[in-house]
Formats: sequence, C-alpha cells, structure tokens
Amino acid sequence: MGRYVARRLLQMIPVFIGTTLLIFLMVYALPGDPVRALFGDKGADPTTVARIRHDLGLDQPILKQYWDYMTGIILHFDFGNQIASGRPVRDVLGEAFPVTIRLASLAFAIELVVGIALGVWAGMRAGKLADSLVLIFTLLLISVPVFVLGFIFKLVFAFQLGWMTPNVQDDTNYSQLLMPAIVLAALSLAYVARLTRTSIAENLRADYMRTAVAKGLPRRRVIGVHLMRNSMIPVVTFLGTDIGALMGGAVVTEGLFNIHGVGGTIYESILRREGTTLVGLVTVLVLVFLFTSLLVDLLYAVLDPRIRYA
Amino acid sequence: MPDVTKTAVENADPMAATAADAAAATGPAPQAEKARSLWGDAWRDLRRNPYFVVSGILILLLLLIAVFPGLFTSASPTYADLRNHYLGKPEYGKVFSAEWLGYDGQGRSVFARVIYGTRASITVGVSVTVLVTVLGGLVGMIAGYFGGWVDTILSRLTDVFFAVPFLLGTLVVLNSFTDRTVWVVSGALAFLGWTQIARVMRGSVITIKQADYVHAAQALGASTSRILMKHILPNAVAPVIVVATIALGGYISAEATLSYLGLGLPTSVVSWGQDISGGAQQIRTAQHIMLYPSIMLSITVLAFIMLGDAVRNALDPKLR
Repeated sequence: MGRYVARRLLQMIPVFIGTTLLIFLMVYALPGDPVRALFGDKGADPTTVARIRHDLGLDQPILKQYWDYMTGIILHFDFGNQIASGRPVRDVLGEAFPVTIRLASLAFAIELVVGIALGVWAGMRAGKLADSLVLIFTLLLISVPVFVLGFIFKLVFAFQLGWMTPNVQDDTNYSQLLMPAIVLAALSLAYVARLTRTSIAENLRADYMRTAVAKGLPRRRVIGVHLMRNSMIPVVTFLGTDIGALMGGAVVTEGLFNIHGVGGTIYESILRREGTTLVGLVTVLVLVFLFTSLLVDLLYAVLDPRIRYA
Repeated sequence: MPDVTKTAVENADPMAATAADAAAATGPAPQAEKARSLWGDAWRDLRRNPYFVVSGILILLLLLIAVFPGLFTSASPTYADLRNHYLGKPEYGKVFSAEWLGYDGQGRSVFARVIYGTRASITVGVSVTVLVTVLGGLVGMIAGYFGGWVDTILSRLTDVFFAVPFLLGTLVVLNSFTDRTVWVVSGALAFLGWTQIARVMRGSVITIKQADYVHAAQALGASTSRILMKHILPNAVAPVIVVATIALGGYISAEATLSYLGLGLPTSVVSWGQDISGGAQQIRTAQHIMLYPSIMLSITVLAFIMLGDAVRNALDPKLR
C-alpha cells in the first residue's frame, strides 16, 4: 500500500509539470500583453512598457519564467504578485479558496445524498414508473445549461416567492449559499443518480446477491452492505473527479449569484490577463484534481477487496 | 442511419461485402435468418425505442432549421424596429409570425432569432464532435495499439490535458482571439475536449487487438495501417460513437455558456447563448427574451443526450 502510494505520487510529478506548463504556455504564449493592458486604450510609452516588463520578468524566455515561477511556489510557497495591483497572489488565493470550498462542499454533499438516494430508488425499481421518473428528471437536469437553471432558480425562488436573496450577501452563511450550491450540484447530481441507478440495476442480478438473500440475511443488510458496496465503485470514480470540477467549474454559478470565489477570480484574471493570478489558481486546482484521483484509487481497495495494491 | 448498418454488415462479413451492400441499400435491417452483427442488432433495437425515435425526429428537425432557417420564418433576425422595444408581449395567436414570441430590447423578433440561432449551435456542436473524435480517436488508437513507451507518452499527454479545467482552459484560449468565429470557438473547445474520446478509444483498442482476427491479419503480413483501419477501427469504434453523441449535447451547452460569459461567439453572430445573456438583464421585466432561446437550447441538448443514451443501450448488451 505504502509503495503503491509512493509510486502514484511519483507518477503525478510529470503530469503536474506538464499541466502547469501547458497552462503557463496558454496564458503567456498566446497573443495579448498584460502590461499593455495596464494602459487601457491609451498609447503607452515604449520605454515604460519595457521597464515594467523587465521588472515583472516578462522579458525572459518563457521556460525561464516557468522555472522561476514553479521554484517560487515549491520552495518558498510564493505565487508571485498580481500584475496590476502588486498584491501577493497568495493573499488572493487565501481569500478565494475558503469561499469556494464552502460552496463546493455544500454542493458535493447535496449531489452525494440526493444523487445516490435517487439512483438507489430508481435502480431498485428498474423498468417501473419510479425508474422512468428519475430518468426523465435527470435527463432534464443534464440538458438545461447551468446558467439557465440559475436564472430559473433566481426568478422563481428569489423574485417570485421571495424565499431567498437573489445574490449572496454573506458568503459564510450556509443558508444563503444553499441556492447556488443546488444550481452548482444539479448537473453532477444527475450523473451520480444515473450511474448509481445503472450500477444497482446491474448488480441486483449478481450471484452474490442471490446468495445473500438465500442465506436469509435481512433485507437491510443485503441492500445496505452487499449491494451498495459493490455498486459504488463507478460512482466513487465520478465523485472523485467531480470535486475538482465543482471548484473550478463554478465560474458561471459564482458569477450568477455574486460570490467572490475561485471561479469569479479566475474569470476576472482571464479578462484582465492577470497571468500570475490565473496560473496560481489553476495550479492549486490541478493539485486538488490529482490528489482526489489518487484518493479515488485508494478507495477502490476499500470498496472491492479483490483490488489490492502491493 | 442506413450508412451505419452498411458498415456494420461489412464488418460482419467482409467477403460478402457487395451482397451485403445491396441488402443494406434495399432494406434497412439484415434478414432475420442471417447471423446479425452488433450494428444490425442495435439498429433493430433502436427502431423500437421511443427515446430514439423522438430524439431522431427532433434532431432531423433541428438540422433542417439549421440549414434552411428561411423555411420557418420570413422575419429577419437582425431587423430591429425600436418601436417594438421590449414591447412584444408574446402574441400566441400568431404562430410562426415575427411577433409570435415577442420582441427583444432592440425590437428584433425573438422567434426569428431563435430560429436563426440554431445554425451556430449545431455547427459548433457537430464540428467540435468531429474534431474531438478524429483527434482523440487517433491518439487513443495509436496509444492502445502500439503500447509500450508510445502508450506511456500519449497517456501522460492525455492526463495532462485532462487535468486542465475544461471551461477555464477554453476561456483562456478564447480570450486571446479577438475575432471569435464559429471555427475558433470549435477549435478551442476541441483543444481540451479530446481526452475523453482518447481514453475510451485506447481502452477499446487494447481489448480488440487481442482478438484472433487481428492476430490472423498480423500473421498474414497485413500492413499496420491496414490492420488499424480495416480490422481494429470498425470493431473498436462503438463506445467512441456513444461517448461522442452524448458529448455533442454537452458541447452545444458549453458553446452557449461561453457566449453567455462573453468569450464565445461575437454579438454579430445570431446565437442562443448571446440572446440568453442579453435577456438575462431583463429577467424581471421581460422574461420571454430569455425564455425561448433557453427552451430551444435545452431541447437541442436533450435530443442529443437522448440519442446517445439510446445508442448506448442498443450497443451494450449488458444493459438490456
């Protein structure tokens, strides 16, 4: 087990380097100049531009810039400074991530509980009315884009019924975060429900299920332990990769409900060409993604004793 | 769908390809007494599946609208008459006329814009899917067939692209283009979107390449490209088609999201994402501006996802 984890961690290194380099190249090698953007539409003095570029290290070769940036992060936990404001990116990260983590974990909890519950309910009744209802409901959730769903929620629950504030005013207040979290969770919830449903419906016919019933085990144990444990593997895979997606994919949801988290900050940095902020945020997201996928692989061994990591 | 049955029949029995061609040309399904191929079987299943029939009809209709929008409305999507500014309370009595679904803030017919917006969405959805299938399929096939260090490098490369957050990465790419045509948006979506197909293709090819007919072809001295194109590809492509069809709906949704965020198609292109984004500002006073493009968008995504679901159920015997 320990050796497996060590090997996986080593394998992560090239993927981490590759992904951050790819992002770095996408941000800096594509046309567009953050320093010129500082001057807006007005013409800029070329010597001033050159000086600022030099101060920021933007006149160095791109790979040298990447090397400096990455060693800064790894050795000193220094993500550089924002180009326009000069604020340390570390502070920006420290502000944005707690908000997004609150939102994403609430969304994750909703998706986990409601998704699995719907999936089990439908899977146990495969081919019956409940099953069709869940299938149609999840199809609808998948086909309505997030921003449309967000507006429907705002229109109905905030403007018409007045149950919630249309925008989040206090992002430490979980009851205000509830509506955005539901919107954020909707798509993944549908996928979780469908995966669970398929898996449950398939495993219901498995030999070990017949054995468990024949042994005279109580129904609760047959379903809760034998069936669930075997059916959760594909669901866990999806949930694992979804944590990163929930955190990074909140651009739309955060914008809709005026939440200042990672998504909103990233969107702003893209428009303003704040390279350092952008790369810093995405680097953290990539790390989250890599570690959750490792976690998922380790969970496999817990769920399925046949899988062993020597 | 007839072309699918045609390839399928060829796969089942390459020696009798000409006879099968003729059969496929006259009747859509192979004869019952003949051993049916995976595709022939799937086609028989699909024709009886109501989800497939409904989504198929919807998609044909959407394609027709995308190609010939003029057949459905005589109004122009860009003709603005400020006298109609927001005015349009929808006139439900006047079906298919310019004032049917009301007017937007600039006095343009919402109905005409909904009809003409179809083309942008369908074009982006289809072209991203084609790009992604070709690119991802190629990478996956090479990685799966050759194995060894080629596989290691290509698989890590796939991991690298997969780890980049999809929407954010696409936004970064698109932000550096000032002239964002339909093709630029499609390219940007495909740039980060091919990884899923590559993984599915690789897994599929690894299973297929151990089949006896592949070993036989290798023993007969067939060239690598012949083995890949004639033996591996037709048998490994089924899961890829399923994933690609479902993903098509997702790409249409992604394009609308990008346009909504202001980094997708420019305002000069009539698109649902743009109209929804514009209508969102009037959500409290004039909901119809946002409502109808949203409905069309959702129906389109729904149709492709339903089609993908139906195809998957037909191709995967385990799910029956």
